[in-house]
Amino acid sequence: MTWFRKRKYTVLKPTEKKRVDIPDGLWHKCQQCLHILLARDYEKNLWVCPKCNFHDRVSGWDRIGITFDPESFIADEDILDPTDPLEFFDTMNYMDRLVSYQKKTGLKDAVITGIAKCGGYKVVAGVMEFNFAGGSMGSVVGEKITRAFERSLKERLPIVIICASGGARMQEGILSLMQMAKTSMAIARLNEAKIPYITVLTHPTTAGVMASYASLGDVIIAEPNALIGFAGPRVIQQTINQILPKGFQRSEFVRDHGFIDIVTNRKDLRNTMINLLSFFAPWAREKEEVSSQSQ
Amino acid sequence: MALATFDFEKPIVELEREISDLLSRENEPGISRKIKALEQKLEKTKIDIYSKLTPWQRVQVARHMARPHSLDYIQSIFTEWTEIHGDRCFADDMAVVTGFGNIGNQSVTVIGQQKGKDTKENLARNFGMMHPEGYRKAMRVMRIGERFNLPIIIFIDTPGAYPGIGAEERGQAEAIARNIRDMFTLSVPILIIIIGEGASGGALGIGVGDYILMMENAWYCVISPEGCASILWRDRAMAARSAEALKLTPPDLLKLGVIDEIVPEPLGGAHRDPVSSFQTVRSALEKRLQELVKIPGDVLIERRAQKYRKMGVFLENKPEK
Ligand SMILES: [Zn+2]
Repeated sequence: MTWFRKRKYTVLKPTEKKRVDIPDGLWHKCQQCLHILLARDYEKNLWVCPKCNFHDRVSGWDRIGITFDPESFIADEDILDPTDPLEFFDTMNYMDRLVSYQKKTGLKDAVITGIAKCGGYKVVAGVMEFNFAGGSMGSVVGEKITRAFERSLKERLPIVIICASGGARMQEGILSLMQMAKTSMAIARLNEAKIPYITVLTHPTTAGVMASYASLGDVIIAEPNALIGFAGPRVIQQTINQILPKGFQRSEFVRDHGFIDIVTNRKDLRNTMINLLSFFAPWAREKEEVSSQSQ
Repeated sequence: MALATFDFEKPIVELEREISDLLSRENEPGISRKIKALEQKLEKTKIDIYSKLTPWQRVQVARHMARPHSLDYIQSIFTEWTEIHGDRCFADDMAVVTGFGNIGNQSVTVIGQQKGKDTKENLARNFGMMHPEGYRKAMRVMRIGERFNLPIIIFIDTPGAYPGIGAEERGQAEAIARNIRDMFTLSVPILIIIIGEGASGGALGIGVGDYILMMENAWYCVISPEGCASILWRDRAMAARSAEALKLTPPDLLKLGVIDEIVPEPLGGAHRDPVSSFQTVRSALEKRLQELVKIPGDVLIERRAQKYRKMGVFLENKPEK
């Protein structure tokens, strides 16, 4: 193994050197297997390494682009701003943190919601942005997700939520915890109204988000090798003081223990979703055709 | 046996020792006057100290080993207490007790997270940290309660849901999420009282209710002060500061609209006078219960949804039309 890595390194060195002469960002190096390929090809492969199948993180907007029908996504008006109800201070004050995440992502908080089409099926969609505070859920994320569920209920449209989150947002304290209750309450109503809810878990989906809406889909799909669980692996390791089993809390492990329905490669995710929508919500497609005919 | 005391209680402990020294010489002339003066001073010192507890001190009081735990309250408040066990699926999680009893003329379902009084009992009770089977056991019992129209009373006291291999393998997150959702569908009153620690999803997993009561020296938060300190400051020793930042005390939570009532404790904490604590808790529960049992089930469900629908703080810029 050591030999293999070393060998690989020496082989790749000239290529890396070559990068100096070519525009930045033209090449991508896989963070898992160090395979190098053109960034353009990497993007075409949906940010998945063709060699080791490492599923890289995808920004919220890119995720929307690769999941829903082209040009079909209409974002909700971005009218909710996070605030600092606890006047939280740690090494930095929370308001400053928020501003820096907002600059970094162009979003007001860690989720994009809207309406979209997936293989012609009209769906309400929520996509979490991990680059915003680790996709953590505070009041705004909880409210936007809840409103998405409510829209899905009101318009009788299936809903898809693509999760990526380290859990509840500490800086909003108990209010973040209450978002777990608020979102789950909205799901209870959706279930009663028999409206399908598909959850997609991407790396990582843990803690407060996993212990609320991420775990409550009618069908739960996950990308390969995503970290999925309640407690973080480091906390568990510290608590039990023993080595964690191989693959622990990864998608396949969680599926094998019965808590994820399907693990699917990113390239097949869309088709899996379309199949499920065709089983659960054929009306979501018809509805669209009827309304476009009447226009 | 003397109660374990905290550093901030030192002045109280010293005064109490002085008084007990004097009491042993009670027959000497002038002693009773001295005792009386010291007792007044003790009372004043207690009020001074206990009314100004910092959030971190409160967390410590909430964790006091001698503090009454769920079964102490349950056994003194409910008659005909009948415990039932197991999730009918995997195991009986001893970190949570479930059963039925009567409070006044009202039969109820009772659930409580249970810590131990000593290390041995704590090991059996897993320090009040539930596994998935505990959450499933609780929901099973709540469903029985619903079927037979019994209001549900829940005592919260946990340092968190257990972070272990088995807990993850058996779906800790799923168990908690499902409970949270399903508690919104129960058509009987749900009354929650946080008697000690209310740590995060571990508490919320049996913590959705029509009224949330909280004892004066309890805490309730999205994360423990130590957990928060180790993440944000990378130093567990910063727990005192994170306890302050997290706004986890009952007055903070009342202000944030997360709890409905603070149940007062005897001076110095429930462990200093358990019997009076049982009485206060009993009457607080009875009062709320009398109100809730009059409300029809469908109205209860709607009210509960509305209560949680409102939670959260953000700015909304209504678009101009
Ligand atoms: Zn690779």
